[in-house]
Formats: sequence, structure tokens, C-alpha cells
Amino acid sequence: MSNIKKQNVRHSEHSLTAPVSIHDMTVAYQRKPVLWDVDLDIPEGKLVTIVGPNGAGKSTLIKAAMDLVPKASGLVRFYGKPFKAQRHMVSYVPQRETVDWDFPIDAIGVVTMGRYSKIGWCLPVRKKDKQVAMEALERVGMEAYAHRQISQLSGGQQQRVFLARALAQNAPICFMDEPFASVDAATERAIVEVLNELKQAGKTVVVVHHDLQTVPEYFDYVIMLNMRVVAHGDVADVFTEDNLRKTYGGRLTLLSEAAERFARQGNSH
Amino acid sequence: MMSSIDWWIIVIGALCASACALPGTLLVLRKMSLMGDAISHTVLPGIAIAFLVTGSRDPFSMFVGAIVIGVLTALFVHAIQKYGKVEIGASIGIVFTVLFALGLILIRQALDHVHMDPDCVLYGSIEFAYFEQDSLFGYMVPRSFIVNGTMLIVNAVLIVLFYKEFKIASFDQALAQSQGFRPELMHYVLMTMTAVTAVAAFESVGSILVVAMFIVPPATAYLLTDRYWMLIVVALIVACLSSFLGHLGAITIPLWFGFNGTVTSGAMAVAAGLLFLLAWICSPRHGLVVLIVNRIIVRLKILREDVLGVLWRLEEREQPVLMQRNLQDLLRSNHLMFAMAMMSLKRSGAVQSDDGAIKLTTEGRNQATSIVRTHRLWEVYLDKHFPQDTHQLHHAASRLEHVTTDAMQEELGTATHDPHGSEVPKVEDE
Repeated sequence: MSNIKKQNVRHSEHSLTAPVSIHDMTVAYQRKPVLWDVDLDIPEGKLVTIVGPNGAGKSTLIKAAMDLVPKASGLVRFYGKPFKAQRHMVSYVPQRETVDWDFPIDAIGVVTMGRYSKIGWCLPVRKKDKQVAMEALERVGMEAYAHRQISQLSGGQQQRVFLARALAQNAPICFMDEPFASVDAATERAIVEVLNELKQAGKTVVVVHHDLQTVPEYFDYVIMLNMRVVAHGDVADVFTEDNLRKTYGGRLTLLSEAAERFARQGNSH
Repeated sequence: MMSSIDWWIIVIGALCASACALPGTLLVLRKMSLMGDAISHTVLPGIAIAFLVTGSRDPFSMFVGAIVIGVLTALFVHAIQKYGKVEIGASIGIVFTVLFALGLILIRQALDHVHMDPDCVLYGSIEFAYFEQDSLFGYMVPRSFIVNGTMLIVNAVLIVLFYKEFKIASFDQALAQSQGFRPELMHYVLMTMTAVTAVAAFESVGSILVVAMFIVPPATAYLLTDRYWMLIVVALIVACLSSFLGHLGAITIPLWFGFNGTVTSGAMAVAAGLLFLLAWICSPRHGLVVLIVNRIIVRLKILREDVLGVLWRLEEREQPVLMQRNLQDLLRSNHLMFAMAMMSLKRSGAVQSDDGAIKLTTEGRNQATSIVRTHRLWEVYLDKHFPQDTHQLHHAASRLEHVTTDAMQEELGTATHDPHGSEVPKVEDE
């Protein structure tokens, strides 16, 4: 009893200071659990990565944190408050494939979208916002392409436009969903540079990542995920062969089998 | 030739098509064109229920009925797609056919209570719009003018007011949601706009052709521009043109063939379709003309480079110069293309003709050297990385040489001889 109480106290303490604090979060798609009991605090001012095999729930974790997908249970706090109250503190780089790149808009137009929440409902884009957007494009080396229609950009350039949009949001917390997926070397360097810049500026960046080799080089803190959190902590401490085996190893088939059974049970009821 | 009634019809048609084009632009951009189709069909039961309940053609109750059914349609489509495990096309098909059929049945019932022509429900009656007049600021104007005009203003205000919100929700739903821009709400705002517009347009163009007004002008605009606001402007222009050309066509073209004038609403939809075709042919980005011209330009470039390459190789082997005619046979080129290629080569001073014999100039020789160098470096590269027989090498290199940039050429290396033993020529710096 006292044990449980202590734990609760610990959580509420953390939740006030941590940029992102996740409490016992479970997420299910159509009753099939994809994330179980995630419970952790993301430390401030660090480059954090989420790694895990396909279907481990990496994207789901950040989407559920931002209320983009519903949670079955649990709660998430951003500096102690729910996401609804802290939207302005969180910027987001979704996976590149989630948007229609044939949309009639130019690069600067996409980046300017990062300013919309600061502009507010129904008000027009101001000159200042265009300036901020242009500066963001410069930071990712894309200013020459500002007025290019987005379908005419290469995959890497599109990714950099997305990155610039997050920069234009200028939020203390940034979520990025697979920013390194199928980009060229120049873009990868540009992204790493931006990540380091953000860290210098004291921001907290959470990146869903799939290339294990670059984890120690690019990131400070790692969350190893496979439906459950296998390990989380400083890369130097927890990014071990043992933990990797646990994250990617066969042991987990049991868990996914259980998830399947959950889903079937749900349907038969 | 055209009476003032004709002009009224054109104006009403233009207002109606423009009012539809505004939500239509968003439907097309969001790849939900069929939702427009579905909603424009399902407003029929909404209107029929309103008839049955109120026993009159009171426009207000018609609007309310249509809005309710329109939003329900959007909800049903979403629900069936989500829980019925079918793709959106099937979901739309299920919802709108059922509701439309229900509407037809109800309209039949309503006929007993309200005077209503089923044909007019399907095709509209823009031709007679002039005769039902109402007063507007003291002037008597056709009622449809007021209805469609109001609709256009309302839609324009909504599109301008929610310009940003629609843009972000249409382009990147996840970002919109994370920033608190309520993409789902915007979706239903759009669905409501679509439903209300469909009702307003219903009397003029009927419940079937209204979908042409929703989709075709924006789709045409989509071919012509890649800017969001420009898309809206072009869609409006196409909408007005469709009305003008449609009515003009309806009252003139059938007469040439000895028929009476035809339905304007149908002719408007056909006109819109023809404008789409025209845009597709002439579009600066995806157009047929541009495609063909580009292809010719590329073929000319290749032919010019081939001519230079052949002349260079003849010089290398110290073979006699060729007449233009022989050169054409050697390259197996068609006459017109070859003549154009030769003309442009002569004009740019790359070759000169000596009593019909074709020779490289110094400038032409430099260009040719670069082309042959690229060709042979490609052979070296291919031979190294993808060993194959020499015939294939030449063939592949002949194609690759035409798409090689200077930067690529540099990366190909600095070999001095190609796999056949020929020297790789060096381009002399000026």
C-alpha cells in the first residue's frame, strides 16, 4: 500500500518538471493493444530517440502523446499539463508519406503552416511569419527552393521542408517521426545539424528512428520499445547488446500473440 | 441573338457553378470528389422529408432537411468505412445509393402533397428560373439569382475566413490536429457547405448535374495552376465560362441540326467537360501539348548530339566527309527531324556545310569531343561495374551520354581508353 503511494508521489513530482511525462499509457487499435503500460519521463534538453522493430508502436507512442490517436488508458503531461493546454509547446514532424506532395503549395507555404497556431483562427498570415518561415528554410539550406512547388522537390528536400516547418513552430519540445527515412546524405547531415542546434537551444527532441548504427552518434537518450518499454535511459547506459536482443528478439512474439487474443476476445464479446 | 432572359440564365448558372466550385476546390484537393457526388444525391431525401413534414416548398425547411441529411451522409460514410471494413469508395456507394433511392421513393409520396416535377429534381429548371421572381432591394429579380448569389457569398466568406484552416487540414491532418485546428470539425464544415450548396443549386441544375459543378471546374483549375489561391480563382473562371458557353451551346448548336434548344444544365456540364479537356491538352505542367513539345525537344537534342558524335568519329578515323543525305541515312532519322536538327546545328555554328558536305567547326568539335568523351567514359564505367558484352556497352552508353551532366561526367573518372581500345578524348580548356 505504502509502496503504491510512494510511486504516485514520485510520478506527480516528475510530471511537473519533465517536458513529457507518460503515465501507464496503453494504446489499442480496434481493441488490439499496440502499446502497453508505457510509463516514463522524457528528460529535458536531450536528443531522445525511440527505437524498436516494425510494429513496436514507436509512431503510436508519439501520436498518442499528442492526442492524435486515442489512449485506452493512462495519461501524458507536458511540463505538468495536458497536451490540450500545451499545444504551443510542441512541434511535430510527421512521416513524410502521410501528406499529399502534389498539393498545390510551395515550400515556404508548407513552412508557414508551422506558424498557424501562433497566428490563430481565421487571421491572415503576417509578414513576420513569412520571415520566420524563410529563416527556418535557410537553417535547413532550402532557401533557394522557397517558391518551388513541393512535388518538384526530391524526397530529402521535402523532409527538410518538414524540418523547417517544425523549426518555424519554435517550440521547446519537438517530435519527429522517422525524419531519416530514405533521405540522401546531405539531408541526413542537415537534420543532424538541426538536431544539435535544437539541443544547444535547450529544446527537447524526440525522434522515432530506425537506423540503430547511428543511435550512439546522434542521440543522448534512448527509449527501446517493443509494445512495452524494454529499456530507457542514457544511450551510454542502456543501448546495450543485451537490451537490443530483448527489443528485437523472439521473446516478444509471446506479447503480440497475447495482443491478438485480446483483439479476438473483444470481437467475440 | 440573346435575349435578356438568356443573360439572366447565364448569370444564374454562373452564380450557381461558382458557388459549387468553392467547396468543390476543397473536395478535389482532399481527394473526396465522390463525397460531393454522394452529398449532392443524398440531399434529395432531405428535401423530400422537408416536403412531407411541412407540406410546402418552404426553402428554409428544405435547407435544414438537406443539411441534416448531408452531415448524416458524411457520418455514415465515415462509420461504414471504419467499422464495415470496406474502402471509402464502397462506403460512399452504399450510403448514397440507398439514401438517394429513399429520396426518390419519398419524392413520389411527396408528389401527392406538393406540386413537384420529378424531372426537374434530376435536371433542374434553370430555363424557367427567370419566371419565378422575388424582390431584392426593391427590384424584381429571379428567385434563383438571390438563392445562388447568397450561396456564393456565404461560401466565399467561409473560404476566406477559414483559408488557413482548410489549407492545413487538407494538406496535413496530423499537424492541423496537433496545433488544435480541429481537422474533423473543418471536415464537417465542408460537408455542410457542400450539402447547403447542393440544395441551393438543386433547383437550377438538378441533383445529378450539380456534381459536375462541384468537381469539373476545380479539377480543370488543378491542371492549370499549382497555387492554392490561384486554384480557387481559376475554378471560378471556369465555372462562369461553363455557364456562358453551356447556355450559348444549348440555344444555338441543336438548331444547326434542326432540333429545338436543349437543357442548359446538361449543356453546362458538357461545356465544363470540354473546358477540362482543353485544359488537359494545353496545361503548362501536365498538358498534352507540353508533353509532345518536350518530347520533340528531347529528340532534337539527342539527334544533334548524335550528328556531332558521328562527325567527330569520322574525323577520328580520317574518313571522308559525308553529304547531309548520307548522314541522315546513317542515323536512320526521319527527314523533318533531321532537317530541324541540322538547321539548329548550322545556326549555332557547330557545323558548316561545304558544297553539301558537312563538317564540324572548332566550336562544334569541342562539343563533340565532350559527347564522345562522355560516351566512352560511360563504357568504361559500365564495363567496370556491370560486365557485359561490348555491343550492349555501346548501346547503353549511347543512351546515357544524352542525359549526363558535367558533374556526372567528372564522377565517371579519368580513364584514357574505353573497353574497345579507343582513346577517350580530352576536352580542351579555352
